[in-house]
Amino acid sequence: MIIDDLTEITEKELASRKKFTIRCCVAAGCVSSNSVGVKEALERAVRDAGLEDQVEVRGVGCMKLCCQGPLVQVDERNESPGATVEIRSVDTGPLYQKVTPEDASALIGTLQGGSSNLSQADPKHPFFAEQLPIVLANSGVIDPDRIESYIAAEGYQALHDVLRELTPKDVLDSVLQSGLRGRGGAGYPTGLKWGTVAKTPGTQKYVICNADEGDPGAFMDRSVLESDPHSVLEGMAIAGYAVGASQGFIYVRAEYPLAITRLQTAIKQAKQLGLLGSGIFESPFNFNIDLRIGAGAFVCGEETALMASVEGKRGTPRPRPPFPAESGLYGCPTLINNVETFANIAPIIRKGAEWFSGIGTEKSKGTKVFALAGKITNTGLIEVPMGTPLRKIVELMGGGAPDGGQIKAVQTGGPSGGCIPADALDTPVDYESLTQLGSIMGSGGMIVMDETTRMVDVARFFMEFCMDESCGKCIPCRAGTVQMHEILTRILNRKATRRDLEKLEELCDMVRHTSLCGLGQTAPNPVISTLRYFRNEYSELLVEDAYGPRRNGNGQCAQPTADSTL
Amino acid sequence: MDRLRVATVWLGGCSGCHMSFLDLDEFLIDLAGMIDLVYSPVIDVKEYPEEVDVCLIEGAVCNEDNLEILRRIRARTRLLVSFGDCAVTANVPAIRNQLGLRNDESVLQRAYVEGAQSNPGVPREPGIVPPLLPQVLPAHQAVHIDYFLPGCPPPADRIRTVLSQLLRGEEPHLEGEQLKFG
Amino acid sequence: MAAKTLTIDGKQISADQGATILDAATDAGITIPTLCHLDGVYDVGACRLCLVEVAGINKLLPACTTRVHEGMVIKTDSERLRKYRRMTLELLFAERNHVCAVCVANGHCELQSLAYSLGMDHVRYDYRFPKWGVDNTHTLFGMDHNRCILCMRCVRVCWHIEGAGTKNVSGRGSGSQIISDLNQPWGTSDTCTRCGKCVMACPTGALFAKGATVSEMERDRTRLEFIVTAREKKQWIA
Repeated sequence: MIIDDLTEITEKELASRKKFTIRCCVAAGCVSSNSVGVKEALERAVRDAGLEDQVEVRGVGCMKLCCQGPLVQVDERNESPGATVEIRSVDTGPLYQKVTPEDASALIGTLQGGSSNLSQADPKHPFFAEQLPIVLANSGVIDPDRIESYIAAEGYQALHDVLRELTPKDVLDSVLQSGLRGRGGAGYPTGLKWGTVAKTPGTQKYVICNADEGDPGAFMDRSVLESDPHSVLEGMAIAGYAVGASQGFIYVRAEYPLAITRLQTAIKQAKQLGLLGSGIFESPFNFNIDLRIGAGAFVCGEETALMASVEGKRGTPRPRPPFPAESGLYGCPTLINNVETFANIAPIIRKGAEWFSGIGTEKSKGTKVFALAGKITNTGLIEVPMGTPLRKIVELMGGGAPDGGQIKAVQTGGPSGGCIPADALDTPVDYESLTQLGSIMGSGGMIVMDETTRMVDVARFFMEFCMDESCGKCIPCRAGTVQMHEILTRILNRKATRRDLEKLEELCDMVRHTSLCGLGQTAPNPVISTLRYFRNEYSELLVEDAYGPRRNGNGQCAQPTADSTL
Repeated sequence: MDRLRVATVWLGGCSGCHMSFLDLDEFLIDLAGMIDLVYSPVIDVKEYPEEVDVCLIEGAVCNEDNLEILRRIRARTRLLVSFGDCAVTANVPAIRNQLGLRNDESVLQRAYVEGAQSNPGVPREPGIVPPLLPQVLPAHQAVHIDYFLPGCPPPADRIRTVLSQLLRGEEPHLEGEQLKFG
Repeated sequence: MAAKTLTIDGKQISADQGATILDAATDAGITIPTLCHLDGVYDVGACRLCLVEVAGINKLLPACTTRVHEGMVIKTDSERLRKYRRMTLELLFAERNHVCAVCVANGHCELQSLAYSLGMDHVRYDYRFPKWGVDNTHTLFGMDHNRCILCMRCVRVCWHIEGAGTKNVSGRGSGSQIISDLNQPWGTSDTCTRCGKCVMACPTGALFAKGATVSEMERDRTRLEFIVTAREKKQWIA
């Protein structure tokens, strides 16, 4: 494989474009509402109409407005010269929503000038128009099952340039200058992490992609893997070159079967074309990627637990330091990044660090993908520049709460995050601002709640999640979450007193500061943040402490007790 | 100073803590000079009086009778001391909790039917066997408890330590091995 | 080996490079409470009792896995640490069925002695009263899951000292339990060498020698050293 081969594939791919491209979403959301059936029906309708030479029906990745799936979009060939990305995501044709197989012939009929009353989404709606796709640029455009489709969208260009024209140091500098920060949630500067792994001596190093996305309501990484798997592979290969690793692993959860299949296909295709393997682009660089399938433990998204799981051990975290960058997988220096982080790499190399750092805020660069879910009109995926106000995301783009409801709070960061009250909606979404509000950026789940949501319920839901997902290694997380869940349940059952609430807060503090890993350390966050903004909802549920210290002894107050633990 | 009005009560336990109390030996004589024992299994008073200063509570809260008397005690007493492991941790009586909720029937079956040598049958008449609680509780889960005196039973010197502190008007305070369960 | 100087609880001490805070404190005669730590077996930092405050670091660090650095200033005891430690123990007592009064290890139990030495006079959390069984199928030893605190000492000695790999952990969260081989009765294990190291290592009454009754499961802690060094010194029990 040399650069000319890439060019040849691109030209062939562009030349084979037919007059119409019908893009049909085959990512998990739409597949679950039968988009595969829709795609087959469309193909049949094209044959029946004798339009095979004019129409291509293409399975593509996520088209973002998941609540209206299956989504189908029709494009006429864009003849403008110099269009390297084969279909631009702007200026596209009509977008049909909730398409059924029965709609297929009517839809094909519109290509021949027929009219239809098929339900359409408005591509000019802020939900689409306000997005800035970098990670999702290819999503909904290319065919994730065909490497040629990715190559035609400038795929593997960056890997070529890196291997043939840049030194590892150049790559590190680029990533550092881009200001990219880890998209898994903590926001550690990616360039610094890469630099540490690169600096650590070692003959064997590893690159791991953390695709164990497990936050309730989060599906960004799944969409990237299902829609554009090669962008992750390319990012990982570039990382491998920069840090000096020749082996990569993608740790993906078993609950994502479609993502796993697409990744397997993508890895196979990349190996066939020599884009993974030995001597990539006729350079001395070797890089292989293998999949490791998670067995359904949320904690395996924690990097040390993830590595233990990759090694075939029980997936439990260990104390850090040593950090994976120094001693990671099999004791070797290891780079672990999230799916979205890797998907940002190729665009940064292609378009330059300056371009990337021009997007976003001072401390949070680039874009962030969010999964909008909960009590919101437009459920789906959005990618917006860092610093976009929360209000713009949930009210303008998301369309607010359905049926004219009032948004009460937005939960970000999953079980590690917190609830942001409606009156803080003007906060720009970046790492620092969300932390200040007592929440976190997290991996990108955004659950919207309206005034029918009881915040104590929310806190208990997340506590139950953490309790179920605790690995059981350290005591505060294993036993503390159980007790916190118990107290929250008692509060909801109107059986708890003021003293129980104090106990809950004390446990929050203790579990946060003494747990071994991030899961335990952040498990109290949903309680802490709902207490911070919605304490009255807790107090309203408390009952009087009839046999407590203030009521004893013939109605007098008790003397101060020696029991300092109470 | 007025003499301290002291009570002791025997809830769901084996009375071993009271036996240990009697092991105070000659200190009992001193004690008799310093306190009024106003309610206890060792004296013949039927009704728990008002205005009690200290009550030592032996035993876990196993049935509705236990719960009722404990609440009455709480309302009429200045300081409650959980006296022994059954009151502090629910201890052996709470082993039935491992059978899950609604274990009361199976426990009664075991005691009055399976284990009966004659006249098997669970006594159902009101006032004979108080209804069992779904779960056996340590005393502090039923009412507020001020001090804890663990041990199964608490050795006499431990009881003496706490009583002496109370008599001196100090906060009862145990530490180290004096807090040992079991 | 280079030496590092540091301050623990106001005391200037020196420790070997690579030593843990726990090693350094122990050498200096400062006791840090531990439960999952066992001399001679690698540390996992699971029980969180040995957390200490290190000046300049806002996180609490486990003394058993944190290496000493030059100039470290460490506090092993503070009101906050005492509170957290007591809470940790309360959580443990509430988690399973620890009935000291009827336990083989009564009086010889690390959980029990830690509880009283750290001033835990009662447990404020609701006892969970879970239903756990007792595995009495082994000819020599028994395992009472009610008393297990999941410190994983038995697992570690079984794998890394004895090399048998019989003991393991199944499940997760509060449902975790110590298992033998593929979660089968201990007595049917093919891999167990009946060495008894797990029993010697257990801090509570969870693992016991059969025939012991209340308070009789006295562990000979000097045998722990034997457990650690037997291989090097070629001292085997016949």
